[in-house]
Amino acid sequence: MTTDVQPLTVVTGEQSRTRRRIVSITAHVLLVGASILMLYPLLWMLAATFRPESEIFTSSSLLPSSIDFGSYVRGWNGLRVSFGTFFLNSFVIAILSVAGNIFACSLAAFAFARLKFRGRNFWFALMLGTLMLPYHVTLIPQYVLFLNLGWVNTFLPLVVPKFLASDAFFIFLMVQFFRGIPRELDEAAMMDGCSPWRIYWKVIMPLSLPVLATAAIFTFLWTWDDFLGPLIYLNDMRQYTVQLGLRTFVDSTGESDFGGMLAMSVLTIVPVFLFFLFFQRLLIEGIATTGMKR
Amino acid sequence: MTAHSMDAGAPAKGRAVTSPRIWERIWQQDGPGYLFLLPWLIGFFGLTIGPMITSLYLSFTDFDLLTSPDWVGIDNYTRMFTADQKFAAAMRVTFFFVIFSVPLKLAFALGVAMLLNRGLRGLPLYRAIFYLPSLLGTSVAIAILWRQLFAGDGLVNQFLANFGIDGPSWISNPRYSLWTIIILAIWQFGSPMIIFLAGLRQIPQDMYEAASLDGASKWRQFWKITLPLLTPVVFFNAIVQTIEAFKSFTPAFVISGGTGQPINSTLFYTLYLYQEAFGFFRMGYASALAWFLLAMIAAFTAFSFLTSKYWVHYDD
Repeated sequence: MTTDVQPLTVVTGEQSRTRRRIVSITAHVLLVGASILMLYPLLWMLAATFRPESEIFTSSSLLPSSIDFGSYVRGWNGLRVSFGTFFLNSFVIAILSVAGNIFACSLAAFAFARLKFRGRNFWFALMLGTLMLPYHVTLIPQYVLFLNLGWVNTFLPLVVPKFLASDAFFIFLMVQFFRGIPRELDEAAMMDGCSPWRIYWKVIMPLSLPVLATAAIFTFLWTWDDFLGPLIYLNDMRQYTVQLGLRTFVDSTGESDFGGMLAMSVLTIVPVFLFFLFFQRLLIEGIATTGMKR
Repeated sequence: MTAHSMDAGAPAKGRAVTSPRIWERIWQQDGPGYLFLLPWLIGFFGLTIGPMITSLYLSFTDFDLLTSPDWVGIDNYTRMFTADQKFAAAMRVTFFFVIFSVPLKLAFALGVAMLLNRGLRGLPLYRAIFYLPSLLGTSVAIAILWRQLFAGDGLVNQFLANFGIDGPSWISNPRYSLWTIIILAIWQFGSPMIIFLAGLRQIPQDMYEAASLDGASKWRQFWKITLPLLTPVVFFNAIVQTIEAFKSFTPAFVISGGTGQPINSTLFYTLYLYQEAFGFFRMGYASALAWFLLAMIAAFTAFSFLTSKYWVHYDD
């Protein structure tokens, strides 16, 4: 967060000051170069979507010669179901997933962090054990289960597991946070005769908004980007999420309508980018303190 | 009434209790905890442990969803290791990807983190720019962009043409196709970089001051101070990124159109598993693949932890 970190070496005299300036300028040059290299593909994609179809492949510049929204119009209706439906589906799944994760993970985390009951350490160890588990070992039986329940081709297989705290990572995240809340608070509430439920709802949850926000944002982003889940469970195009819609676009018209495909690609990362703009600090702190994978 | 449950450590008062009262006390003591845990417990048994056991059982069967599973013993596993060329290809691709993408990604992450840790102006901006690809990285949109970048008439070749180089179609050339996905992984070095930055901040500055007063060069300071003190973070990043690399799916699926082509050069392990399970409905064989993946990840993690005491530096 701070930009004024202490100098790394003890500076003495004019000469070393000049040297430090040179080193610092070199570092900036390197970093600016790297930034351009990193961002160029994204900016090029953005620029390409505003070009007339004929110009897309011939220009590597970042400024289109004229602004043309044709790619967006063609892309939006490029499949027999419009992208509006895909966006709606993705939003519904993501919002429900956020609600499920916040609800179920905070309940479990409260039990682990604040309640005493027999077997608590045993269950906590098992929960930690599932953190590293590759989902592939549960994928096929889960599919069979949801198939037998008649849930395939609905959002249920994507959403219901979230209400059963299947993202153990967020339980862990919340346990860490809840443990940092002073115990005196719930002890005082207990003295006043509060039930555990009231302590959870009136004491712990209101004090945990930062971690709940972090969990909500990451759940939204991960659900939004999820590809394998929808790929397996959703077969009817009217149920597709944006990721599936994009992939179908590639398979069907991708080669013929490049502009439309890139335009829709840009649209699907707009929500992610908005989260990045508004919650950047929360995201970066979340990663720095918990070591999230992305 | 339920307030007592918060303090279950209190010893039971020594009065005679009848059986119903014992149950009442157990309920008071443990009930709320298990009630709060209930959603997770249902998920744990119904969606994790139950399916895991089922999947282990299925891995010893032939199962196509339509008829009930046929027990075939260890046939699936023998086929994997002796007769399945595609499995061998998937192993080669996945290990190649892990071995090259993880160290390169971590090297970039550490290098940029160290540049940023010098107290430069504009740190938050640089950090945000380098983090952005990490956040966007696994989406289908980025995989589509990558397909375009490295296509025959893509941006990379347009750039190379400026120098008179006629680049191949990187995506459809089996010699380079996997490298395009490795580059995509390296491009997403942002989140390990942020973790490295947090780790670098923990290193006391006076250690460097003392070292430079003693005349230690920057190079020596890196090897003798920075790297040893950072090994816990390196260890953590290496484990997380390796497991993620083993599980990587979307880029290979989108870039190869779900085929793992050309000549299986992008047939990632998870992509092969997906094809077997949901393309050919060989659920038994796919379960065996899943359990072998778990075994590989578990072996890697165990190996890392066992060797960590020789190279990971912990404060005593």
